[in-house]
Amino acid sequence: MSATGTAAIELDRDTLLGMYERMLQIRTFEDMAGKNFAAGLIPGFVHLYAGEEAVAVGICSQLTDTDVITSTHRGHGHCIAKGVDIPGMVAELMGKSTGICKGKGGSMHIADVEKGMLGANGIVGGGIPLACGAALTAKTLGTGGVAVCFFGDGASNQGTFHEGLNLAAIWNLPVVFVCENNGYAEATPVHYHCSASDIANRASAYEIPGVVVDGLDVFAVYEAAREAIDRARRGDGPTLLEAKTYRYYGHFQGDQVTYRTAEELERFKQRDPIQALRGALIDRGLATAEELDAIDARVTRQLDEAWNAARAAPFPEPDEVLTDVYVSY
Amino acid sequence: MVVETATRQMTYQQAINEALRIAMREDPTVVLLGEDIAGGAEVDHLINEDAWGGPMGVTKGLVQEFGRNRVLDTPITESGFIGAAVAAAATGLRPVAELMFVDFFGCCMDQIFNQGAKFRYMFGGKAACPVTIRTQIGAGVSAAAQHSGCHYSVFTHMPGIKCVVPSTPADAKGLLLSAIRDDDVVMFFENKVLYGMKGEVPEGDEGIPLGKADIKHAGDDVTIVAISRMVTQALKAAETLASEGIEAEIIDPRTLSPLDEETILASVAKTHRLVIVDEDNPRCSAATDIAAMVADKGFDTLDAPIKLVTAPHTPVPFSPPLEQAYVPSPERIVEAVREIA
Repeated sequence: MSATGTAAIELDRDTLLGMYERMLQIRTFEDMAGKNFAAGLIPGFVHLYAGEEAVAVGICSQLTDTDVITSTHRGHGHCIAKGVDIPGMVAELMGKSTGICKGKGGSMHIADVEKGMLGANGIVGGGIPLACGAALTAKTLGTGGVAVCFFGDGASNQGTFHEGLNLAAIWNLPVVFVCENNGYAEATPVHYHCSASDIANRASAYEIPGVVVDGLDVFAVYEAAREAIDRARRGDGPTLLEAKTYRYYGHFQGDQVTYRTAEELERFKQRDPIQALRGALIDRGLATAEELDAIDARVTRQLDEAWNAARAAPFPEPDEVLTDVYVSY
Repeated sequence: MVVETATRQMTYQQAINEALRIAMREDPTVVLLGEDIAGGAEVDHLINEDAWGGPMGVTKGLVQEFGRNRVLDTPITESGFIGAAVAAAATGLRPVAELMFVDFFGCCMDQIFNQGAKFRYMFGGKAACPVTIRTQIGAGVSAAAQHSGCHYSVFTHMPGIKCVVPSTPADAKGLLLSAIRDDDVVMFFENKVLYGMKGEVPEGDEGIPLGKADIKHAGDDVTIVAISRMVTQALKAAETLASEGIEAEIIDPRTLSPLDEETILASVAKTHRLVIVDEDNPRCSAATDIAAMVADKGFDTLDAPIKLVTAPHTPVPFSPPLEQAYVPSPERIVEAVREIA
């Protein structure tokens, strides 16, 4: 268990405990989503983020509501890290009228524009041009905001990746492109699907900084992201940050995950990002095991309540199918 | 009270340019994005001056007034800049993007129909996407198969998108102003053959509401619904028909989504006959959609089968005689009317 980087030294206790709680909220949310999907409570598809928490939290803990993120089909972690209402997210997964999108979006389209969360996305690479647009707004209106664009290793082979990086580079847009390389695009390993040994190398084609970071280490992510976010805010343009990470679950729930070994999963679990942060907090005397256990219990209770509330909530009325297509028609 | 609005002659292209200028003056969040909409970006002697002002000169002169921060030349990167326009709209700007030819929609359709057009619905009504995408349509200049299609039917099919098809300079100005001020995704289809068309255009900044058809010629004997440039063809046909004693009523829907069903149905209820003229390909098209709507809601008022005069189910050919055969002509419209009149 390790936690590295100068950020580990600089961050204060409240910030670190906040990050710990956020990461735990994501893990608990996803574990419960997995169970409740298996129990038949969630229609459709779900793609779980467990294992990757250090990336979303290491980055989003440095953003405000003025900053905009774009996300992916594996978006629950980004939503929680950006402050989207958790009970509203749970209800959304279940398709209930109390969902954050009134049950019209579901797992793959959770969004909260007020929170600067421009949507999970069902299209691999679909969010990359969108992040450029959010950054163009920030630049044009002078809001001081940045856009953070999350996408996976698979998306780095889409045309939108290359178009987006080029556009952000020539317009000097305040964007941080965050490639969450979890080793697999669906069932295909990155060493097969990607010509580059590090996806960050692709930044050189656009003459922007490309940085590889250990995505299991929240401090390393925090530090690399801080530099990229500062650079964007200063008006110095985009960065491509590649976080090497791992997903504990399959591509989607129901995936038998035959493309990777149990040993590989176990090896990554030995480096669990939440356990690593917990260890660092205790080692540095910033929190006791009992204090952290109390946070664990609070998060579990919070998520239990959210699931119970969502189960009890009504489904939307059928005539809701017709609303929210247009602002006016 | 009759309000007299001063008008003057200008071309369809100038009318579009004027609407853009008015919209940009009234709202500082209106920005233009597109390939060479100014041209000459970062060329030393063209700091606030355009090289082209758009490939057809439609946006000529705007960069001089509004500068390069509001008239953004993009790389040839349709997914990139159309997607950027879509998200810029969702986050506080009111962009007008130019997709040079509608035939290029294949390069950026995900950003239009999967992202922008679905934001509001997917997000439970908590987002708006006030983007306008201007694009050229139409055969007639031997631009061949990849630069001559209409394809507005594709977009009309998709919920979350409004489709505007102006047929005159005055409509182009008024409808574009409404499109830009509208809070939804609007596709604005400019027929390239009409760019040089002259007509009376009102001064001022009044928009023409989306979803209101216009009766371009009144008549009692047959209703002709004509889209975009086909209005011109239908007006020519009406002259011939009038000499034969047939008075055609020509309805220009002006927007295909929303569609002014009421005006079309009221006209058919009066004439009992309907011909639809559409330059788009005929299958699953605006023409078949309007025909189905009238068959469904106005069947009792019809005295004859609905006739469709459309392009054939082919790509647009290059060679001038082939292209001429492709585009619905006034003669074909007259023939279709004679069949049912």
